[in-house]
Amino acid sequence: MLTTSETPTEERYAATRNACKLCTPLGACLAFKGIRGAIPLLHGSQGCSTYIRRYLISHFKEPVDIACSNFAEQTAIFGGGLNMKVALENINTQYAPEFIGVATTCLSETIGDDVPMFLKDFRTTHADEDLPPLAHVSTPSYSGTHIDGFHGAVRAAVAAVVREKGTGDHVNLLPGMVSPADLRHLKRIVSDFGLFFVMLPDYSETLDGAPWWEYHRIPEGGTPVDAIARMGSAAASIEFGRILAETDAGDSAGMLLRKDFDVPLYRLGLPMGVGETDRFFAALEAVSGRPTPEKYVKERGRLIDAYVDGHKYVSGVTAAIYGEEDLVVGLAAFLGEIGITPVLCASGGKSGHLKQKITEVVGDIDKKNIQILSGADFIDIADIAEDLKPDLIIGHSKGYSVARKIDTPLVRVGFPIHDRVGGGRLHHLGYRGAQELFDRIVNALLEKRQADSGLGYSYM
Amino acid sequence: MTSIPILKERESQIWQKGETPFSITCDKHSLAGAISQRACVFCGSRVVLYPIADAVHLVHGPIGCAAYTWDIRGALSSGPELHRLSFSTDLQERDVIFGGEKKLAAVLGELIDRHRPKAAFVYSTCIVGIIGDDVAAVCRKVEREKGIPVLPVHSEGFKGTKKDGYKAACDALFRIIGTGPINDISPQSINILGEFNIGGEAWIIRKYYERMGVQVVSVMTGDGRVDEIRRAHGAALNVVQCSGSMTQLAQMMEEKYGIPHIRVSYFGIEDMSKALYDVAERFPDNPEIMARTREMVREEIAAIRPELAEFRKDLEGKKAAIYVGGAFKAFSLIKALRHLGMRVILAGSQTGNDEDYEMLRDLCDDGTVIVDDANPLELSKYIIEKDADLVIGGVKERPIAYKMGVGFCDHNHERKIPLAGYVGMRNFAEEVHRSVSSPVWRFAPRRGAKLEKTEVTPC
Repeated sequence: MLTTSETPTEERYAATRNACKLCTPLGACLAFKGIRGAIPLLHGSQGCSTYIRRYLISHFKEPVDIACSNFAEQTAIFGGGLNMKVALENINTQYAPEFIGVATTCLSETIGDDVPMFLKDFRTTHADEDLPPLAHVSTPSYSGTHIDGFHGAVRAAVAAVVREKGTGDHVNLLPGMVSPADLRHLKRIVSDFGLFFVMLPDYSETLDGAPWWEYHRIPEGGTPVDAIARMGSAAASIEFGRILAETDAGDSAGMLLRKDFDVPLYRLGLPMGVGETDRFFAALEAVSGRPTPEKYVKERGRLIDAYVDGHKYVSGVTAAIYGEEDLVVGLAAFLGEIGITPVLCASGGKSGHLKQKITEVVGDIDKKNIQILSGADFIDIADIAEDLKPDLIIGHSKGYSVARKIDTPLVRVGFPIHDRVGGGRLHHLGYRGAQELFDRIVNALLEKRQADSGLGYSYM
Repeated sequence: MTSIPILKERESQIWQKGETPFSITCDKHSLAGAISQRACVFCGSRVVLYPIADAVHLVHGPIGCAAYTWDIRGALSSGPELHRLSFSTDLQERDVIFGGEKKLAAVLGELIDRHRPKAAFVYSTCIVGIIGDDVAAVCRKVEREKGIPVLPVHSEGFKGTKKDGYKAACDALFRIIGTGPINDISPQSINILGEFNIGGEAWIIRKYYERMGVQVVSVMTGDGRVDEIRRAHGAALNVVQCSGSMTQLAQMMEEKYGIPHIRVSYFGIEDMSKALYDVAERFPDNPEIMARTREMVREEIAAIRPELAEFRKDLEGKKAAIYVGGAFKAFSLIKALRHLGMRVILAGSQTGNDEDYEMLRDLCDDGTVIVDDANPLELSKYIIEKDADLVIGGVKERPIAYKMGVGFCDHNHERKIPLAGYVGMRNFAEEVHRSVSSPVWRFAPRRGAKLEKTEVTPC
């Protein structure tokens, strides 16, 4: 469905063709996979869990076990309470989890299942057992996209586990939907400031781990439940996402911690590129009371040196970018500072804030002829890209058909990347992420120029 | 042994040959919370109809079901590629409240006008019946307006299992069959059912039959075209692979059009040859068909035999675990693996029935574990306990194998090379060999990587 700028889509009915979004429960499952010992449980049809597992595996190339309450025909008539109970019992027996994250689906939401009540009943009837925390997030796939499910699940985990305020000196890090490599990098940065931290979620190991010596029912790693419990006593929370920051008060995990537990909240954009990363480091300086460690000052210096060395290859270049809205804003911020104009910024999401946020990071979008496309699908993107003929396409694997159609290099970022190895090992964040992206972008342009050249230069 | 527990309710769906008298429960709804590898009714319909390349495939529901099945499998086409686009009504909250019929009608009209398909399939997802949409009525209306078949596929995810989805797909196909001209069809003709051309297999198989002198009227549904399917009732014989999905259609065609059917498999040398001979035998009045078949089989086997022998040298004695959708494929794989000197230590399927499992029992060696509707923990348990060297399965089984340092062969929809036919047997052997004989396994902890510290000394 095509919406130029932010005009609402419902006025005319249109098909979504090659969606630039996934369903809400997928995001919830991904977020829950970043909690130690967690099993996500989808309350709905068997296919929901199987399709989502398959999809996540195609990117992460790791085992992804997601349980399902597996509705049958009579379940939809009588309600899913019994299925939920059986599912929870079987998960406990089979997996001995430390956390169960329940996400609903379009089916269970439409029949009106009262999941909080099911969970309350389950806790009551199993009062004598040592049950893991049961979190619940409402994720009907007819509302929002996978990123909403992701943030909703993070918030649900906080709501289910955090009980106490306090005066700790640790920091909460709410990174959003980024790569396992990004998560590892963020942990390193925060540690290097001498800070203790709780990062939620953390699937840097659960979805990017080593081969096993023996079988792990649930992969190692993830944010421990007792660490989540400490989030209420943190000195501050840092939450990424300029779009997320626009959600109604209390709707994000960071806001919940601020509202109910008085944890001060820094709301920043995804730290992509120098400008946005500087803001992240400034927040860390403020929270830790320490200057940025020398190694990051040098990292930033090398990045700027690289910007200078490569500037002629990217200056004046145009790109079409797409993905989750916050990723698109982050990419736009980064591209803007190296002289690439993101002539098409598209997302399947439609928060209504994309245009404003892109303007915040790149300036006057009308003057720069930047088109913003909310609620976009890949046929919209292809149609406009064909017209705009950008030099580059930047986004996940789903844009390959567009890139192929208009014979333009695709620089793969984000999720899903299922036509290359190493999607989970890509860096997007911090000076290092910007360095990696910059090198890949310049090289993609050079490779195209070299391949198209009749001469076959071996120098730049 | 491992410490992996088997759920009590699952015990009757697992049997090990040689220990106790044969008994296995199957054909039942998956256990909640057990993490079945199965998908749903929608999945069953989608895999069967997906390869029809000149039809619009519209998924009626919220976005997930369409997004997860966009370009999900090869399903190669020699012409149009409309099937590779993912169309969804992308129902929103207000559609759920007020009903999605208007949106469905509008979207269908738009897609048909833009893409000029030969037919449209409309897949119902879970909530469609619950919000009260009369999809069949919308389809009838659009069909009248646009003058092409618009076929509702009753594939609500929770209303049964994948098998019910196959049935819904067969019902939709059956509605188009019988609507095309059949005057030019030879008496020596067949339909190929249950071959989806994931890696180009339908082309290989079609060529074999054509070399024999048999006309292929339609392939359902690999590299499929609506007009071919319309003529399918003109064939003399239905040749059914993937019996779980397409036997029902063959039975319906037998009843209405008197077309007999046979079950075949195109995987492995024996089964491939049998699939050709069985068809040739159906045309006894044309002995030259059998003569050509004999010659072709001889040639094809001779062409791959030396290479297979080479692969076998390295694979002899290795152990394989097979977990596939339909059990019929498992039979062929067991035989194909024997050709490579390999032994099967686990054989399981998502949707096998009693008859299938009895056949598996007869085919397997002592000690083989047979499992119905397995989950990741059960598969891992036996892969470890039986010390498999290879797993054959689909995307969801792959990481289980890899984490435990075991080779893997994708025999499901992500494969990119044809595994059917004689050339497919060679490809299969190469694929298995490539994985099992890779030097990387020596670094995998469970497969004998050194745990002790590497020591180096100065010279």
